[in-house]
Amino acid sequence: MLRFEGVHTHIGAYHILHGVEMTVPEGAITLLLGRNGVGKTTTLRTLMGLWQASRGRIVFEGKDITHYPTPDIARLGIAYVPENMGIFADLSVAENLLLAARAAPSLGALPRERVDWIFELFPAMKTFWQHPAGKLSGGQKQMLAVSRAIIEPRRLLVVDEPSKGLAPAIIDNMIQAFAALKAQGVTVLLVEQNLNFARQLGDHVVVMDNGQVVHQGAMGAFMADESLQQSLLGLAL
Amino acid sequence: MSMLQRWRAAAPGQDALPWLLAPLLALLAWPLVGSTDTWITLTVAGLAMGMIIFLMASGLTLVFGLMDVLNFGHGLFIALGAYMATSVWGWLGAATEVADWGLNLLAVGLAMAAGMTLAALVGWAFERLIVRPVYGQHLKQILITMGGMIMGEELIKAFWGPLQMALPLPEALRGAFWWGDAALEKYRLVAVAVGLAVWALQVSVLTRTKVGLLIRAGVQDREMVEALGYRIRALFVGVFVAGSALAGLGGVMWGLYQQNVVPQIGAQVNVLIFIVLIMGGLGSTGGAVIGALLVGLMANYTGFLAPKLALFSNIALMAAVLLWRPQGLYPVVNR
Repeated sequence: MLRFEGVHTHIGAYHILHGVEMTVPEGAITLLLGRNGVGKTTTLRTLMGLWQASRGRIVFEGKDITHYPTPDIARLGIAYVPENMGIFADLSVAENLLLAARAAPSLGALPRERVDWIFELFPAMKTFWQHPAGKLSGGQKQMLAVSRAIIEPRRLLVVDEPSKGLAPAIIDNMIQAFAALKAQGVTVLLVEQNLNFARQLGDHVVVMDNGQVVHQGAMGAFMADESLQQSLLGLAL
Repeated sequence: MSMLQRWRAAAPGQDALPWLLAPLLALLAWPLVGSTDTWITLTVAGLAMGMIIFLMASGLTLVFGLMDVLNFGHGLFIALGAYMATSVWGWLGAATEVADWGLNLLAVGLAMAAGMTLAALVGWAFERLIVRPVYGQHLKQILITMGGMIMGEELIKAFWGPLQMALPLPEALRGAFWWGDAALEKYRLVAVAVGLAVWALQVSVLTRTKVGLLIRAGVQDREMVEALGYRIRALFVGVFVAGSALAGLGGVMWGLYQQNVVPQIGAQVNVLIFIVLIMGGLGSTGGAVIGALLVGLMANYTGFLAPKLALFSNIALMAAVLLWRPQGLYPVVNR
């Protein structure tokens, strides 16, 4: 579904990505792993056109989207949940979702089935529907960020560290939500540092180091190989 | 839900204290002015001036909030609005000189429509030719937009002439209503009404329409708005043009308030506008309303009590507000 072909990214004078090569298969959850600062977030931002690739190609469903503007990439059906969640704090939960639902001109036109499904995945969204998003807790903000990404059917969800800074109970809630998405066949590219999260959800794994992909393959095989985990991540899953 | 409540709902985490500043300033001025009648007259004049300044400033604060653009050429749109009003006055001739409320308000309405249209068209060209090449470059933005305003002023001189032009109030809007011994000038009441109507419209658009939500979201995090699939530059052009039109409207109102027009009218009022924006918090329309009312009231009270301190008093007020809230009263944009 998604392919990175030798992608390089520079941010100012810094050369961050050094020829990233990776594939994200359709209908699976792909975990992008690696130590801090190896280029995972830069990879996602380059995919979304928020930082421009200086070399290489990004191909999504056969289209070269390397130099597409960010809105055009989103309109191909790619939803992005950034590390900082990107919540509009001054808008209500409902208004945040309305902006994500591009086809809905008003709150009354939000797709009812999707909203009900979101309420099922994250009951807090129903409780705080009219609440200003800035007043939500960290976990609720993350739920809103994910809800925003799925309020309309998307081809690919790109999520940057959804469990960062969350309490264990909320992480469990988030794992269940992603498991439900996985059951529906949604394709997800997920950056995650929480190993429990990664182990429970991943179908496919891509490991990065120093701006390059150093391993990719099935999650099961990766989990079974402790020495590989030790050599790539410095710890065992 | 009242307008203020809607703003409170739209601005969570923001306390209501700044809304008390204008009434507090008015109350503090009361004993200093001495006469209650004079105080009422000055307060109405201050509110009228404040609402006109708000009209001129509200577009600019959104332009900054949305795209981080410092437009020092905003005064040009104000000047164009004011000059367009002089042309409309010339075309209408006697319609402004007979004491007929209907005819006179129609004349003011036509001047507003013409001023807004011209300012919007020039605003569109200004964004395309002058602002767009310098996105993200603050120093160049300041220099080129100031240059654009100087060029615009020269074109105004070429078209309308370099001398001061009279812009008399229509006959029915001259004079005052009397409330006891307090004179409430008719035009100032009209200015307050127009200002409140435009503010209500803005609040309505910003809180009840999807475009309004996008503008508010874009002011907070434009990158995320783009990641949701919206072309923020198109939105910005719309806001820039609407802000220019509002400046044109403010220019018509300001010209009539002064009853004369000079090519530098926009540049003269630019200082007050920037005081309002900084005081209110860059990107905040609610902050701009409060800032504009404070500036209007302060200018009128000090104009009466100590005329030589009029501009200084507003700068001192801004300094006091910034000591209290360094990011302005309601900061939306933290860049």
